[in-house]
Amino acid sequence: MSINDLALKAHLLRRAGFGASPSELEEISNKSYEEIVENLLNPDGFDDIDEDYVRRYNPELRYPDSHPLHAGHWIWRMINTNKPLVEKMALFWHQVFATAWYKSEHTPSQITQIETFRKNGLTSIKNVLFDLCKDPAMNYWLDNCENHSDQPNENWGRELLELFSMGVGNYSEDDIKHASRAFTGWTFEQPLPLYPYGNYETSFVFDEKDHDNGEKTFLGRTGNFDGEDIVDIICEERATFLFISRHLYNFFVEDEPQIPAWSIEPPKNPEAINAMIEVLMNNGGEIKPLMRFVFNSGFFKESMYKKIKNPAELVAGTLKLSGTYGIVPQTGEQVEKLYSAASVMGQAIMNPPTVEGWHTGHEWIDGGTLNERVNFAVNQFNDFSVPGLADILDRLGDLVPANQLLDKCLSIVGPIELGDDAYKALKSYADAVGDIDLSTEESRSENVELVARMIQLIVSTREYQFA
Amino acid sequence: MTTVTKKDPVFVVVQLSGGNDFMNTLVPYNNARYYDNRKFLNISADEVLPLDSTLGWHPEMGPFKELYDKGMVAVVQGIGYPDSNRSHFRGMDIWHTCTPFEVSTVGWLGSVIEQLDPNKENPLTGVNFGVGLPRAMSKAGVPVTSVSNLDEYGLMSGISAQTQRNKALQIFKDMYGQAIGSGPVMDYLSRTGKDVISGADLIKVAPEKYESTIEYSDSAIAKSLRDVARVHTADLGTRIFYTQQGGYDTHANQLPTQPGLFRDLSRAVNDFFADLEEHDSDDNVIMLIFSEFGRRIWDNGSGTDHGSGGGAYLVGKPISGGLYSEYPSLEPDKWAKGEDLEHTIDYRGIYGTVLEQWLGLEASPIVHGNYEQLHPFKIN
Repeated sequence: MSINDLALKAHLLRRAGFGASPSELEEISNKSYEEIVENLLNPDGFDDIDEDYVRRYNPELRYPDSHPLHAGHWIWRMINTNKPLVEKMALFWHQVFATAWYKSEHTPSQITQIETFRKNGLTSIKNVLFDLCKDPAMNYWLDNCENHSDQPNENWGRELLELFSMGVGNYSEDDIKHASRAFTGWTFEQPLPLYPYGNYETSFVFDEKDHDNGEKTFLGRTGNFDGEDIVDIICEERATFLFISRHLYNFFVEDEPQIPAWSIEPPKNPEAINAMIEVLMNNGGEIKPLMRFVFNSGFFKESMYKKIKNPAELVAGTLKLSGTYGIVPQTGEQVEKLYSAASVMGQAIMNPPTVEGWHTGHEWIDGGTLNERVNFAVNQFNDFSVPGLADILDRLGDLVPANQLLDKCLSIVGPIELGDDAYKALKSYADAVGDIDLSTEESRSENVELVARMIQLIVSTREYQFA
Repeated sequence: MTTVTKKDPVFVVVQLSGGNDFMNTLVPYNNARYYDNRKFLNISADEVLPLDSTLGWHPEMGPFKELYDKGMVAVVQGIGYPDSNRSHFRGMDIWHTCTPFEVSTVGWLGSVIEQLDPNKENPLTGVNFGVGLPRAMSKAGVPVTSVSNLDEYGLMSGISAQTQRNKALQIFKDMYGQAIGSGPVMDYLSRTGKDVISGADLIKVAPEKYESTIEYSDSAIAKSLRDVARVHTADLGTRIFYTQQGGYDTHANQLPTQPGLFRDLSRAVNDFFADLEEHDSDDNVIMLIFSEFGRRIWDNGSGTDHGSGGGAYLVGKPISGGLYSEYPSLEPDKWAKGEDLEHTIDYRGIYGTVLEQWLGLEASPIVHGNYEQLHPFKIN
């Protein structure tokens, strides 16, 4: 099998999942690319994640109270799941339908929303939007619970159209007003008070008395619409397929300009977007066939390193390499630390800054966040006893000649391709280190630092910032 | 262009994210129209902290009113722009780029930093405190430092042996290369990596040097403004500071939310200026506090929807305090779009005021045009 073939599979797993450890990559190396795609799309045959240990080490997980804990738990799932695309789709929808904890301070509904994205993430756009309309976390976040027949609140109606389905320029202010009226009375059951027993779940409620039964005109159609009718109409619009396709392309394939520019700037690859819209139209807005098309497409295979990793990808991918935060956690591996790590890199999971979500692409990176990204990745290899380093030493063999150290490490870590600057700088480090003897326990413990430093430098590169 | 300060002028921006409700910040407490439209969400005449016979501060703005009473606050009433965009996304972009009708990636302060430090000699010319650089500060090729935790800022800080760390940093510099020709994003990463190294070396003296008797309160905005004070008083040549306070998108539950935000903000701003005064470094600093839009004239029973016509504040010792521009009319025939406060002064004129009268830069290339300016500075 050629290295390019393996690199392509690694690319697929970085995009459709959160990367692959060297041993995970080895496991799939004899499967065909197409087979791996099908496994990602049809995860039912794969075991659910074994949560026994993580729950024992993080006993507070049984209470739906602390959102950093549960957000960190989600990142732990990203690292350890056997169904990576399920978690990746959930992250995708979380990015698009950005709902933050800070307003409600109600963790159970945030957890439920992400669980909903896990379940419906690969179904149809209509299904996803229906669920979203009835999602209590979203309902409160965008104030639909304050959207009354005698006093409409437009927040949800506006963002449903602007940020969640069609994008600006495809509807009028009147459409927003009428859509908002259609959602009056869509609210949630008031959960039990927080004190003294902690947070309780809530669920969707339709309050018929508070629903505006008057005639509405929405996108040129007139009738006594309710919320489901609005979603039905939205899902008849090509603009919706275009908008969701651009989001998917931006998230899975290649960094696009930020969303506010979409009404003005055309897609980077209009043919790809048009082809995606076509697949959606031919499949009734179903997402799974679309993702099959995307992952098998030429444009996807050619998009290697055309995306900056989001912080969750960087954190989960790096921990797969260090072999920490696994199924059996080690001392000190509290999952909420994973939340903090992504958070200081600019992605507070379950707590995005605003309803617009996170700015992506190179906007993930500024002086502050680059500092955090590099330091996080480097710090995972300060402890020379992490399982990932032992695994890397095993793969390097008994004796590593100075002129092979870099190439071997690059192929284990990625495979990752470096530009000239980084390659030269690391080559000179390898030359200075000289041949490395790893043949005995003693020489291994003596020389592990040299290898660890090489790995630390590789995960500090510009190239490592790309997915 | 001339400026009113003899030292290098410093400009601090505090962004209130989410769209602050101006009407409930500076309340027209003698206006019946206010109470007609704010049936639920109003502040009564006996609750406000009166500024004059028509306007009063929100009851939690006490420490801010103190600054106003000292003559340090210019209130810019009715700031906005034509045909206000009600999207947070676009609304904030428009404030950050000065381009209401097209999407731009050039931040207005990015251009300012570029002009203040054309040879890119000091990566601390512009410093942001918080996670994520605001678009206002970003411009291709302009180095800006963004700090989330001032006390632990610096690359490879986890490698404890200093000689090892220095070696790693040297290789890091080499790896981040020459920043030419490997594509815009790679080039951007190169520059950012190098700026982090040089910025971190410079900024680490700030926490070491700082001493103060001011005890800031325990809030995010207080922490950020304390960081601004620590870096400013360390004399590192920073001219533009940026930070933000979030949470102003009060469609619902405005009544319990807004007071907490104001309490944190007004306390923090007051402490900040007291801190500068203690360090005798307040005569070359002004602060702009703004939000991306105001809110709808009438409340929705629990909060207020997105609107236009907000308020901004210029604060500092060099400021000649008072009310500037006009409070937006509450008469229905003057409303924008039939439901919003109409702005009375364009935000680009306020930027222009700061650019020309404070920073000594020509405004029109940065704000794209000429807009009415105010004269809120003390004459020396």
